[in-house]
Amino acid sequence: MSRSRPPSVTLRVPEDTESDGQEPSPDSEGALHTSFHQLIQEQSSLVEAGLELEMQARGREHPARLDPPDACAAAWPEPGQGEQHPGYSSASLRILASMPSRTIGRSRGAIISQYYNRTARLRRRSSRPPLQHLCRTARPSLRQYDLETDPARATLEDKRSLLVKELLSLSPGQRSHMLLTVPLSLAEKRTLRQELSGQRGAPRQHRVPSSPCGWSKDDIALSCRGLWYRLLSLLPAAQPWHYALKQIGGRFGSSVLSYFLFLKTLLMFNIVPLLILLVFVVALQAAYPPASASPRPFTGLELLTGAGYFTHSLLYYGYYSNATLNDPCASSPNGSACPLAAPPLPYNMPLAYVFSVGVSFLITCVLLVYSMSRSFGESYRVGSSTGDLAARVFSAWDFKVVQRRSVKLQSKNICTQLKELLAEQRSRSRSLSLCQRLGHCAVLLLAWALALGTVLGCVLAVRYLSEHMHAVQQGHRARGSGQRWQEAVPLVLPLVVSLLNALMPHLYNLLALWERQDSPVARLYVAICRNLLLKMVVLGLLCYQWLSRRVVCSAEECWETCVGQDLYRFMVMDFIFTLLDTFFGELVWRLILEKRLKRKQRPEFDIARNVLQLIYGQTLTWLGVLFAPLLPAVQMLKLLLLFYIKKTSLMQNCRSPSKPWQASHMSTVFVTLLCFPSFLGAAVFLSYTIWSVRPSDTCGPFRGLETIYKSGKTWVQVLERSNPNIGWLAWAHQHLLQDTFLLFLVSGVLLAVTYFNVQVVRGQRRIIRLLKEQIANEGEDKIFLIQKLHAVYEQRERRA
Amino acid sequence: QANPFQHRICRVFSTSDDGDDSMSFEDFLDMLSVFSESATSDIKSHYAFRIFDFDDDGTLDRKDLEKLVNCLTGQGEESRLSNAEMEQLIQNILEESDIDKDGAINLSEFQHVVSRSPDFTSSFKIVL
Repeated sequence: MSRSRPPSVTLRVPEDTESDGQEPSPDSEGALHTSFHQLIQEQSSLVEAGLELEMQARGREHPARLDPPDACAAAWPEPGQGEQHPGYSSASLRILASMPSRTIGRSRGAIISQYYNRTARLRRRSSRPPLQHLCRTARPSLRQYDLETDPARATLEDKRSLLVKELLSLSPGQRSHMLLTVPLSLAEKRTLRQELSGQRGAPRQHRVPSSPCGWSKDDIALSCRGLWYRLLSLLPAAQPWHYALKQIGGRFGSSVLSYFLFLKTLLMFNIVPLLILLVFVVALQAAYPPASASPRPFTGLELLTGAGYFTHSLLYYGYYSNATLNDPCASSPNGSACPLAAPPLPYNMPLAYVFSVGVSFLITCVLLVYSMSRSFGESYRVGSSTGDLAARVFSAWDFKVVQRRSVKLQSKNICTQLKELLAEQRSRSRSLSLCQRLGHCAVLLLAWALALGTVLGCVLAVRYLSEHMHAVQQGHRARGSGQRWQEAVPLVLPLVVSLLNALMPHLYNLLALWERQDSPVARLYVAICRNLLLKMVVLGLLCYQWLSRRVVCSAEECWETCVGQDLYRFMVMDFIFTLLDTFFGELVWRLILEKRLKRKQRPEFDIARNVLQLIYGQTLTWLGVLFAPLLPAVQMLKLLLLFYIKKTSLMQNCRSPSKPWQASHMSTVFVTLLCFPSFLGAAVFLSYTIWSVRPSDTCGPFRGLETIYKSGKTWVQVLERSNPNIGWLAWAHQHLLQDTFLLFLVSGVLLAVTYFNVQVVRGQRRIIRLLKEQIANEGEDKIFLIQKLHAVYEQRERRA
Repeated sequence: QANPFQHRICRVFSTSDDGDDSMSFEDFLDMLSVFSESATSDIKSHYAFRIFDFDDDGTLDRKDLEKLVNCLTGQGEESRLSNAEMEQLIQNILEESDIDKDGAINLSEFQHVVSRSPDFTSSFKIVL
């Protein structure tokens, strides 16, 4: 565009004499910076020394705060041109230094004019501005305004008053937000605020107060905002573990901190189902205990096996009644007639049970999807096709880290990381020979085959073990062995599964060492994949066993309680093995390293393995909510204990990981893993149980029904019969939930929305490419103009 | 403080006239507010640019980038990048972030690059 017309503007170059009156300074209108001193001295052989000395003297005399960055002392020359044209005059360098692209980061005046532009644009937002005005960080461009009203030419005070005028026209909320986001020093902001209140005070006297109290809307908004900020300042004190997290972040950095933040998030995710179930199901059942058999005495083994005293307690499904609570008719013996007509506040237990479980799952789903989409939005960017080395370098330094040793470690990590990235780039550009590539492929295939083989082996082992244990249990029951023995036998399966879960990751680590992948990120993903595969496949097998009940809980009358107990045992074993793993993997290993091998290095804190363990535990909780409503409470207790134990072990025994770690990217991955295999699997399991599995006949809120879902259906039918006005509910239920037409419609709409979004993203990518080309063209224009400028000055000097 | 950027931070936030980089209480407040959790990404990237601009000329050119990488990797001899690696790194950084191809990164380009990295806001933070 601009290349077609050569610049026809005659450059009105400020004369040297003009600059005498105003004080040039590059940096916050203060004294000259040393680098400019150096540059001036470099140029002094070509430029008159007198001018330079004059400028230095002026620099010391006028530490002025008034002047625009119009004519600065000197600038760093363009690297390309600097070497080719060492003889730039200081006048042209002065002009270079005053270029908007250079001053925008430095001088106060430029910042004020930039924010003036932004505020003006905010005010005019109602009318859609043309495309050339839409730039994120706008330079005070000459194209937008006439040169006379261009704020870049005004003095600092003029600019300030212009900004104040613009700010006054905004609403108070926008105004304070603008003030907060202006990158100026506190003193500047205070002057701006004083000018604002000064200007605002005058017109107020002419205005009739809008409310009888004499307070305007502005005042109310401001006082509310003040109250809100005061509340916010109390927030860190109210946040749990604030100090502990800060300690961990300060010593180990963001990567290890992300594990503990994930733990905290899981705790929050567990509070919701717990509260719902507690309020609607557990508390009420506790208030109306069923008349059942006398409970067994409490021995300590219950905490481990979940059986015994706990079997007929609130913990499991079997305890809950299947009738309407608070109904006096139910407690009276069967034969007598019911004197009272209707119960005062009927509470249908089965409905409450199924609805609470359903609602808690729904809320958890919504929370998960929300957090996943939020972290996805932060880490995914449209149009970032050229790699992100620069972004990683700029955000590499973690300012949270404060200890000297950790700072050194961080520097070393960054160095290693950068070297690895560069090596990876070099190897990528270097093409491997066919032989090497084949060899690499073969190694990869072999490693994956081994991994899958181990997974298969573990699954078969678990299956055979469960069948064996079932046979053993049958034998014990036939022989009538002691109660304790019978309760200890079911512990074997959880023990073996947890042992496998604890040992296999180490095997996979060894496998990865042998494989020797090129990029460390790929290595991490592969490790996570394998671990996850193992855990999910084993869990899948266990779920199948629970639902089919051929080898597990086959002899029980109340199979749901049995499954609940099994899940409780799995959770407890998982916790015990995590403790053992922490103890052996970290404490004992550190002692071995220090005492025996005499190495100063402590063991690393393996983040991926620990996070996967947390996800596994959470999956167990979600699987078991239907069968044991208090399981989220157990999980919360477990997470609380785990936090303190892991933190202590971390502080005493570990060092931060040496592998590169992008904290927010990995957090996104973990939340996604929590949502997709984990929560989705649990939701599928739950839906299948509710829709198709026949509940047991002797215990629980759904005894005698065909499926759990039928209870909801019968309720709807009862409702319809008793109150014909809500017949629409039954109609809605029949047509919306059970008709497939709606499903097709919804999926069709979803597909259309997805296609639309994909097209929008494609269009945005194209625009980004075009804009980049335009900017590159403008850059070439800039270089061309600078060369012309220098040529003009050189000619003038040669003439002078 | 063991932070390698401590001098730059003091220089950037100091508003004293003598140029000795001393910080008044208000400057300290400024610094903490920029490094706090509630500062917007715009402000953080603005000040990060000024901190990384070692020669205060308003752009990040090759020398600034070299000093930045040396600060990041530490002062020891074994943890510095070799010259070839440094060249390659700076070349890559300029290729990715210098959109108008003038050999240096100005504030807008810096803010554009940093907005692509979600880690920036969490690493440019000091927790009290």
